[in-house]
Amino acid sequence: MSAATTLSWFARHELKLAWREWLAMMTGGRRGRKRAAAIGLVAFAALMHLPAYAVIGRFANLQPPLDKTSLIVLTSTILLAWALMLSQAIESVTRVFYARADLDLIMSSPAKLTNIFSVRIAAIAVMVTGMALLFSTPFVDVLVLNGGARWLAGFGVVVVIGSSAAAFAIAITILLFRLIGPARTRLIAQILAAIIGAGFVIALQIAAILSYGTLSRFAVLTSDAAAAFVPDADSLIWWPARAALGDIQPLLFLLSASLVLLGCVMAIFSPRFADTAIVASAQAITSRRGSRALAFRGGSRQQALRRKEFLLLKRDPWLISQTLMQLLYLVPPALLLWRSFSDSSAAIVLITPVVVMAAGQLSGGLAWLTISGEDAADLVATAPLSPSAVLRAKIEVVLIVIGAIFAPLIVALALASPLQAAVTACGVTIGAASATAIQLWFRVQARRSQFRRRQTSSRLATFAEAFSSIGWAATSALALSLPAGAAVSGLITAAIVAATWKLSPRRG
Amino acid sequence: MKSEQPALHVQGLTKRFDRPAVDALDLTVHAGEFYALVGPNGAGKTTTLRMVAGLLRPDAGSVAIFGVDALRDPIAAKQIMAWVCDEPMIYDKLTPLEYLEFVAGLWGVDPRVSTPAARDLLASLGLEPHLNERCEGFSKGMRQKVALAGALVHDPRLIILDEPLTGLDAVSARHVKGLLGERVRAGDTVIMTTHILEVAERMADRIGVIAAGRLVAEGTLAELRAQNGHGNTSLEDLFIALVDVEAEAA
Repeated sequence: MSAATTLSWFARHELKLAWREWLAMMTGGRRGRKRAAAIGLVAFAALMHLPAYAVIGRFANLQPPLDKTSLIVLTSTILLAWALMLSQAIESVTRVFYARADLDLIMSSPAKLTNIFSVRIAAIAVMVTGMALLFSTPFVDVLVLNGGARWLAGFGVVVVIGSSAAAFAIAITILLFRLIGPARTRLIAQILAAIIGAGFVIALQIAAILSYGTLSRFAVLTSDAAAAFVPDADSLIWWPARAALGDIQPLLFLLSASLVLLGCVMAIFSPRFADTAIVASAQAITSRRGSRALAFRGGSRQQALRRKEFLLLKRDPWLISQTLMQLLYLVPPALLLWRSFSDSSAAIVLITPVVVMAAGQLSGGLAWLTISGEDAADLVATAPLSPSAVLRAKIEVVLIVIGAIFAPLIVALALASPLQAAVTACGVTIGAASATAIQLWFRVQARRSQFRRRQTSSRLATFAEAFSSIGWAATSALALSLPAGAAVSGLITAAIVAATWKLSPRRG
Repeated sequence: MKSEQPALHVQGLTKRFDRPAVDALDLTVHAGEFYALVGPNGAGKTTTLRMVAGLLRPDAGSVAIFGVDALRDPIAAKQIMAWVCDEPMIYDKLTPLEYLEFVAGLWGVDPRVSTPAARDLLASLGLEPHLNERCEGFSKGMRQKVALAGALVHDPRLIILDEPLTGLDAVSARHVKGLLGERVRAGDTVIMTTHILEVAERMADRIGVIAAGRLVAEGTLAELRAQNGHGNTSLEDLFIALVDVEAEAA
């Protein structure tokens, strides 16, 4: 087989695997669901046009040349998308390095590894860009329908963002390997991914809080100070914004530059990709020393279970980094709270829904880990404890962690506004209880390492958990501003949780 | 320490999935006995033992562990037995010593007893150099040994093992067999499924042959030979003859 044939054959193989993985994610791994998944996807895409219209519809008639404020907002939006895609790409690259599924097979084959890993790098770029195209389509559609075909250039900008983000992700990850070694790279890269994904929004929010006492990031972007600080409208910095508006020259330049960048990264890093993967695989099988076994001495059987859960959470930096993203969003409200002690800003009310939402999401993740993600399910099932005692111990772990994280924030809030603190505490408790209950009703037997894919086991549970968190966050916010609205919102959310229970699998 | 009650008494045990996996099975294992359950793939060995261990609810029948009704009082039954399956189930982020301490905690064993016992067990299985290493880097054989040590740390009277020698090297297998032999000599009961007929032939006091969810033959090796009219044949030949007869009958 020639080199070119090998390349195209391996590219087809990678695409087939990516397609099947995506299909399995959409169908929950069940056969005969392809049709339902396709209908669901089309319906979801159609439905997404509504929020897209609400968010972006009013910008469809923007015409070049734009003023500085519009350029700042558009460029920042593109930068945000790029940060999110970079985060996603770093995740994908790390997964390729540390998942040994086929690396042994590939590296023991007589194929030229540089070529094969070039294809793999390209596949990462295609996957990242493909997902971005999928999510951006409703937004671009809205702009095209309302503002004309020139907005189709938006797809080109998405390709630029995707390929450059993939190139940067590969370079960053391999450089991390060289600088800090494989043992730390996995953790650092994943924390970096979480921080990059959330960091841009949070940084803008922090700037807005410090400057204007509000959580709205647009306050910074549309300020006179920002307009005075940035370069003139003919600067290269605005080329991505101009490309998105349909200006062909910047679009073609950016497309070529991003593809050349990706090509360079493939040429430079493909030969090292194989070495890096080998080192990462070797690292995965070396053992680490643990502390002396004092954690389980003494205490009841339930205490042993709780201690085990705490110890496993503490020792898994990967899981911590996965949940870090949710906690990062608490930084701006905490800062807003701190600022509100000096001036009695009304913006402090915004803290409540953010905190309640974060509590719900975090509880859902923790509940999955403790209830479903039991690596030694047979051991726990054969222990002389009733199933209800086991579940109770595991639920207690979730509630203790949530309490430890959110109690200080609520205590601080009580110093500024006791009523709001009480409402927030209720919201956090109900939100956390609902998310935990949903995970309990839809529990499955899984390994902790499957945490990232927990959503695939039940789409219903995933959506119910999200709607419940959003619902309780909205209810808490309304309780502070419009109590009648809170009653309606609370009833709707309770109905969603009740319906989820009704639809959950029966257990004998 | 022999007991009047049988270690395991199963009557009419039945489990159906899309077809009968275990079909009205009757089985009695005496206290202090090493019992090997052999049979072809899909015969119902694992399903039977999972029902005995309380991991699967039978459709019909009864299970008694040393006279304790395991279906009515599962906690009392679980307190005196241990289960080890062929796929080692341990926590990657714990060390072997921590894993054993956790298991001891689940069974409510006094740490003053369990800690030295855990060290001794791990040492007897050749894991002493790895006591404080996390299990994430362990081979399948090492994980299997940690799981086995975990099953023994609470000093169970009945030890149920599903293919415990799968994936073990010769030295490890000898460690495991030695440890199980010691437990039987100390009066504990071991029930083990295995595809390695030589092990069953050499270690087991009695052997049960299961096919299509039913016990088709049972006894010591000599009794099995006598029952089937084979004078001096190996268990492998006997097994194949029994399973062939069963397959023809089906």
